[in-house]
Amino acid sequence: MPAIEQRGRLWAVLLPPALWLSVLLVAPLLLLCAFSFRLGIGGSLFGGWITTLDNYRTLAASPSFLELLGVSAGIACVVALVATLLAYPVAYFLVFRVRARAGVYVALLLIPFWISYLLRVMAWKVILGSGGAVNAFLLWLGVIQEPISVFFYSRYAVVITLIYVWTPFVALPIMATLYRIDRSLLEAAAGLGATPGQRFWRVTVPLSLPGVLAGAVMVFIPTVGEYVTPLLVGGSTGAMYGNLIQDFFGRSANWPLGAALAVVMLVGTLVLVGATSRISRVERFFQ
Amino acid sequence: MRDRAWPLPAYYFALLALLYLPLVILLVFAFNSGTILVFPLKGLTLRWFGQLFATEALMRSLRNSLLVAAGSSLVATVLATCGAIAFVRFRFKGKGLFITVALLPLYVPFVVLGVALLLLFSTLGIPRSLLTIGAAHSVVALPYAMLIVTARLVGFDPHLEEAAMSLGANYWHTLRRVILPLIAPAIVAAWLTAFTVSFDEFAIANLLVGREPTLPVYLYSQLRMTARLPLVVAMAAVVMVGTLSIFLALIWLRRVVVRTPASAAGATSALTARA
Repeated sequence: MPAIEQRGRLWAVLLPPALWLSVLLVAPLLLLCAFSFRLGIGGSLFGGWITTLDNYRTLAASPSFLELLGVSAGIACVVALVATLLAYPVAYFLVFRVRARAGVYVALLLIPFWISYLLRVMAWKVILGSGGAVNAFLLWLGVIQEPISVFFYSRYAVVITLIYVWTPFVALPIMATLYRIDRSLLEAAAGLGATPGQRFWRVTVPLSLPGVLAGAVMVFIPTVGEYVTPLLVGGSTGAMYGNLIQDFFGRSANWPLGAALAVVMLVGTLVLVGATSRISRVERFFQ
Repeated sequence: MRDRAWPLPAYYFALLALLYLPLVILLVFAFNSGTILVFPLKGLTLRWFGQLFATEALMRSLRNSLLVAAGSSLVATVLATCGAIAFVRFRFKGKGLFITVALLPLYVPFVVLGVALLLLFSTLGIPRSLLTIGAAHSVVALPYAMLIVTARLVGFDPHLEEAAMSLGANYWHTLRRVILPLIAPAIVAAWLTAFTVSFDEFAIANLLVGREPTLPVYLYSQLRMTARLPLVVAMAAVVMVGTLSIFLALIWLRRVVVRTPASAAGATSALTARA
């Protein structure tokens, strides 16, 4: 086959997605980085451009920003950890115990996840809100005399809602690794006298760790950048780092500072993905 | 393992109950006759569903969402199919970089991508509109679509293409008559997935929205008003039923797309689940 023809075909299929991604993904992220070094917010977008590290200095000098970053990372860690722990037994059950109708069992788990994310968060708002189901129920029971919101519109509500949102999803990468475990290894362990507990902790768990890590990372990334759930159920004390970014691009209108905050988050998540990708190889679970 | 088999299924069904409970509560309130949520329910009504169709702004936002989802999923699927073919069937320099960039939307928090795109559109002087939301969604949905098509493309024998071409078909003919029909189920699955990703997406749409809201943006704006809550909840019920049918269609397609249990569980369902 003539090489030149081969090249033509390659360009025909490669160029459209490559161009699209360059313009709408790479360019905006680079622009964001550039903008985080822009001084001040006066004038037009690029008029009077002065390069500076001021935005990063402001960020580093603001304990409240850094604290919120820490809080967001903490929330993301807790959500990723709890969701993974909750999902592991389910994944184990679906892979090793369910014989007939496995597809139905998996589908039942995934339906809540497939239903719109906003709707699921909204469901929690309806449940946890001051006029919500929990309050209404407690009022009806007579346990409380007026609606309580202490526990509901808070960081806890954000964490609970996010755990609810992500738990079914984490089961997927774990299941993928569990399916791949060579059953003869378990038989060999049994043949060598390992108890069921030993087989589980010494064979199954270590072999499923890549899936566990992939699942945790796949929850951590969207969670750490979350700004919608805090808006819906977080109340005044539940704000996260993402809300800060959104605010600087919205009401507070300080785009360069917002860009610096976003770049910090972007770099942080990419470093995390890079650090874990050798073990977890997220994309492998899609193949 | 025979020992104590009941805790695992019990745990599975308990977790399932917890997952479904909020959705069931939401559904119940869609039929609640009062405007505020109180136990016990006052009475059942279909009134809210009737009002849905009479609420013009709501119907408009639904139409907007359908437009954005249709457009962005079409673009994402076409580009993803091209990208998957390039990735699986060609050798080229920078392949690693290409796949990394294509998968990048999975790793970038939406708020970051959203503000970056906002910055791009402002720089280019493009006003915020449904088009800007659609462009963003096409990028977000691309990795999902591409991974679905790639999985299918990897699964079939490249000799089929060679056979077609040695029988005299040129490449484009082969593409149209052999490759595309073979990966058609994956393309449909990718398209449905991209459609749902866009239809549900709120975080980016909320940053890029112009005067015309998408459905999630509209529903969000209505949430603040207690009097509108039943209507929002009723709409939520309708959307649930809609997305559920797409989900069932995808399960059916999955049987066609992947056959081995390992990839069936991990691959397509992981893809169809959105981030």
